[in-house]
Amino acid sequence: MMLHSILFYVFAGIMFGAALGVILSRNPVHSVMFLVFTFFNAAILWLLAEAEFLAIVLVLVYVGAVMVLFLFVVMMLDVNVEAAKRGLTRYAPLGIGLALIMAIELINVIWLRDQGEGAALDFVDLPEGYSNTKALGSVLYTEHFYAFEIAAVILLLAIIAAITLTMRKRPGLKVQNISKQVAVRAKDRVRLVKMDAEKKQ
Amino acid sequence: MLDFLASLVPQFAMDWWIAWPSWLQYLAATLFKILILTVGVILCVAFSTYFERKVIGSMQARVGPNRVGFKGLLQPFADVFKLLFKEVIVPSQSSKFIFVIAPLLSLTPALAAWAVIPMNNWFVIADINAGLLYVLALTSVGVYGVILAGWATNSKYALLGAMRSAAQIVAYEIAMGFALVGVLMAAGSLNIGDIVNAQAGGVSNWFLLPLLPLFLVYWISGVAETNRAPFDVAEGESEIVAGFHVEYSGVAFALFFLAEYANMILISTLTAVFFLGGWASPFEGWTFLNDISWLAWLTAGGLHWLFLKMCFFMYTFFWLRATFPRYRYDQIMRLGWKVFIPVTIVWIAVEGAMAWFHVGPWSNLGA
Repeated sequence: MMLHSILFYVFAGIMFGAALGVILSRNPVHSVMFLVFTFFNAAILWLLAEAEFLAIVLVLVYVGAVMVLFLFVVMMLDVNVEAAKRGLTRYAPLGIGLALIMAIELINVIWLRDQGEGAALDFVDLPEGYSNTKALGSVLYTEHFYAFEIAAVILLLAIIAAITLTMRKRPGLKVQNISKQVAVRAKDRVRLVKMDAEKKQ
Repeated sequence: MLDFLASLVPQFAMDWWIAWPSWLQYLAATLFKILILTVGVILCVAFSTYFERKVIGSMQARVGPNRVGFKGLLQPFADVFKLLFKEVIVPSQSSKFIFVIAPLLSLTPALAAWAVIPMNNWFVIADINAGLLYVLALTSVGVYGVILAGWATNSKYALLGAMRSAAQIVAYEIAMGFALVGVLMAAGSLNIGDIVNAQAGGVSNWFLLPLLPLFLVYWISGVAETNRAPFDVAEGESEIVAGFHVEYSGVAFALFFLAEYANMILISTLTAVFFLGGWASPFEGWTFLNDISWLAWLTAGGLHWLFLKMCFFMYTFFWLRATFPRYRYDQIMRLGWKVFIPVTIVWIAVEGAMAWFHVGPWSNLGA
């Protein structure tokens, strides 16, 4: 368990440094890369807690898809560093306030709530053959089935809403009709003409 | 096989090995496995470049490389040494650090994904429960190398290539993920070893036929995910020169090349593992073959079968490249979003019905 603690503090430290890098680096692309690095370290912390499903899904969804789109957008931006700096003092109180609220919430979860049970100071060894994926699935699809399905429907609605809001029908836009193209037969387009060979002049 | 290998080790070496503490034994054994696998993958990459040039050469009625070594077999090594001795030029207006690490970011996931793939019934580096998810996660991380290379180069061609690649990979990953949902429904496990074992018992038990649409979607998405022809718009020599790696030279270019081929081999192996029974033999149960001693390898499962299946898919990669013209960008997007994703969703529903009526891979389910 000693090794677990050492690994935890090493990766938590790296994660903290990477999170600082997100807000301190001047280049937005570097910020995004620091955020990716933070996600990776968070995934490692989950692996240490034997939550391999959560860890891998974090990498798959956030690093593999969400952050790629993020990077996609950020790369297109031409960020004015001076303007961003001017905003710093204006938004600092708001940022500090938010950070404080989150810190209080975390302390509440870890410390106050677990006073009765006593929060684990170390990683608990799970029984042999324990599968995090199975454990999550068996709860999500039985006990919390409605909440799970409703969340899925809300996400689907959000996707459809985003698409309908951004879709523009421009007049005069030329698009192919694939099924029409596939349905084309040679005899509709090509006319074979039979004619006699002409005499060379 | 293991016993045979163990019998080769002299007694004093064995005693010395047993005297090591168990964590050191574990560490050394794992490192040794990683070394074997990495060297194997890199050798496969080297010879697949030769294989590719020979295949495309013969399809275009040419000879292909035939000067270095016997029948040109040493050509890959000549290419490697040429690239190693060339200068790596870093463009002056580029973002230097990201420019240098981008090739590494594309190579590392391509090699790391091999950790969970079983080579035969005992050789696997990490036999983890969520192996399939791990593979999916790592293949999706590889896109960072391409995007960052395109951005860090500070060139419009490279940036265009990176943009195309990012959009393409995000689009095809969804279809790929859905195809794998079908595989895990059929196997009932995320562990890749269990997926192979679920397909044991000859061709009829492979997932190829019950999941045929998913197999096609997975394979074509795999070709798109590796940015290979006919989906190689990220490189697009005819319009954007070489896309994301236009300013890379020497070793940095070689690393991109290595990553691309390692990814191709990975996708080929994964397709074999998920749909063609991995290391299992297609002739399993043909017991009369066992009587002929020199044909016994045909019925025995093992690395040779996985290797043969992988070679078949690698050949298909080259075949596609030699046969098809490049897709137009909007057509790639249409194929990914409007054809593949609906096909996979429909087939997952069909699988649900098959599981309900206990057909195919589900025939012994709860019966």
